[in-house]
Amino acid sequence: MTLEYKKIFQKWALGLAWFYLLLWPLMGITPDGLSFAPSLKVWATVAAGTAFFLFIWILKQQGRLDFFSRPAISLGRSVGKAVGALPNKLLAVAAIAALCLPPLFAGRYVLDVSINVMIYVCLGLGLNIVVGLCGLLDLGYIAFYGVGAYTYALLSINYAVPFWLCLPVAAGMAAIAGCIIGYPTLRMRGDYLAIVTLGFGEIVRLILNNWMELTNGPNGILGINAPGVWWPNWADGFTLEHIWLKKLPYLYYVILGLALFTILAVHRLNYSRIGRAWEAIREDETAAELMGVNTFRLKLLAYAMGAVFGGLAGAFFAARMRFVSPNSFLFIESAMVLSMVVLGGMASIPGIILGTLALIALPEFFRDFEQYRMLAFGGAMTIMMLFRPKGLWPAKRLGQRSEESQ
Amino acid sequence: MDFFLQQCINGLTLGGFYALIALGYTMVFGVIQLINFAHGEFFAAGGYMGVILLSFCASMGFLETHPLLCLGGSMLLAMGYCAMLAMAVEKIAYMPLRRASRLSMLLSALGMSIFLQNGLMLTQGVYSKSYPTVFTNKVLHLGNVSISYMQIMTLALTAGLLVGLNALVFRTRIGTAMRATAQDKVMSALVGINANRVISMTFAIGAGLAAAAGIMVGMYYGTVRYDMGFVPGIKAFAAAVLGGIGNITGAMLGGLIIGLVEIFAAAYISGEYKDVFAFIILIAMLYFRPTGIMGENVDDTRV
Repeated sequence: MTLEYKKIFQKWALGLAWFYLLLWPLMGITPDGLSFAPSLKVWATVAAGTAFFLFIWILKQQGRLDFFSRPAISLGRSVGKAVGALPNKLLAVAAIAALCLPPLFAGRYVLDVSINVMIYVCLGLGLNIVVGLCGLLDLGYIAFYGVGAYTYALLSINYAVPFWLCLPVAAGMAAIAGCIIGYPTLRMRGDYLAIVTLGFGEIVRLILNNWMELTNGPNGILGINAPGVWWPNWADGFTLEHIWLKKLPYLYYVILGLALFTILAVHRLNYSRIGRAWEAIREDETAAELMGVNTFRLKLLAYAMGAVFGGLAGAFFAARMRFVSPNSFLFIESAMVLSMVVLGGMASIPGIILGTLALIALPEFFRDFEQYRMLAFGGAMTIMMLFRPKGLWPAKRLGQRSEESQ
Repeated sequence: MDFFLQQCINGLTLGGFYALIALGYTMVFGVIQLINFAHGEFFAAGGYMGVILLSFCASMGFLETHPLLCLGGSMLLAMGYCAMLAMAVEKIAYMPLRRASRLSMLLSALGMSIFLQNGLMLTQGVYSKSYPTVFTNKVLHLGNVSISYMQIMTLALTAGLLVGLNALVFRTRIGTAMRATAQDKVMSALVGINANRVISMTFAIGAGLAAAAGIMVGMYYGTVRYDMGFVPGIKAFAAAVLGGIGNITGAMLGGLIIGLVEIFAAAYISGEYKDVFAFIILIAMLYFRPTGIMGENVDDTRV
């Protein structure tokens, strides 16, 4: 037992020494001369942090935390059971009612963050169809978001088409883009697919950036209309008055509607015939094909369906910011949406919502550490893969591709 | 004609950089079948180590008195640094996942790439850094074609590194061990090859080459930026696929082709869309001939 710990400590010490060797040249060598203090400070913080986690881990291994963890786990289980006993519809109604409340009392900032979270929920669930259900790694997903956003932006600027009419058009355009990207790439599997979708995402961004006549290039498109509605006005008799939903509380309800629609749609898709076929493809493509699943058509459908939700979210994004530019559709956004799906749990709808909250809302509480956000993203992604590859809230039906278990 | 020749020289210079980066992808893929997303970051880290060390030399006054010594020393140190970085990344992010699903490994690699990129940004700043001038920009004129000394030097260094790598892989013990591991892990383990060591070495060599490319790109264009690894990384991957992933000669050839195509596309078709051509080659290649022009190391499960 002690020998085992000795080995762990040796590894830890070696790792820290190695880390300092890598850190010092970056921080310590400056044109003014060599310095050790700043790099030692960072190093000491990291050393203390890892020592703390190592200590907790060792305590857990020795079972000294059982007095706390056992009751906590059983409490969690019984709460879960109690909630599970309630009818699902009741829960859904309660959740929706709770979500309708914030605009009544919350401030601008909270609404802004919640709108962001819901946009990303739509994106995450859309990507979940491709990655979580169908098992195809897509690193260019943000391209569909961009297609949706630019579709609405251009229709609104050039032809003043109303938002609600543009939503299905944006979704359709994104689906077409999905098919165009999907068709040549779906013959590939796994890693190659990932890198090719990444390439396609970059191509879309470059087109948006360079096609000056259509997209106004890197300057973007300004002055996009907000969503508008005809609202009954009772002031003098009954008239319908057209109002623009420019204010945040209105926009909140629009995106809430979109997010709820997405959640419902993805849930229904998941438990439909198509969803089961997708899962079959994810688990074992050859076996699925043998059972009569038309794998090519269904994979293409997964791409198109995933793109639809990206397109919807994109159209809303354009209407909410009232400005689009290619800079909103960088690769890093794709990576962020993907990390939400991975962090929350692939193919698990509550998991993805949780993942989105963790990655969008949580950093808002740590504003002072804003600059470390992406660093933490990257680190968290790797650590999740090492320790909890199925995510924070794993899906119930999730197996392993048979080709991988060999 | 002169214009064509000039573009050829520019294309070969650029292609040499891509070839150096592509080698890292192809060697790692050959040994553990992983697309190492963090590879572009090794390239960027190399570029940064170059600028750090050369600026330090310049401020100490060594750069003017011993330019070649400074450059050579910085390059060796940067290559060593990136090799260490790559070994650390491999130990932390890839080794524990070797038996896990390919998706987990790919995502872990992606996470490492984001992590390293932001680590560079946090320690070195968001803005681009400029290289100190090592050589005054002398240009050699051959008729109407001009080659800068910088280009001659990068071409020579690239060629030297490629020849050296070939010798390492095909003439030495560790090279033989690498090829054996790439072909059959179980069999190579049975004859006494330590697979972990070979994989570590593969990462180290690939990252060293990428670091050399990073320094040369930094000197050639004059600046480095924390996100400089991303686009060259994808293009070099395209080069590796073009040459047949897992195939070392193929990666060199693929790099040169991608470089030439990019320069010619920029010169004759459109400068704004030059990045698109590498992606189009990648997609077309994967669609029509996934084994690449040299063809090797692809089986049914991988494509």
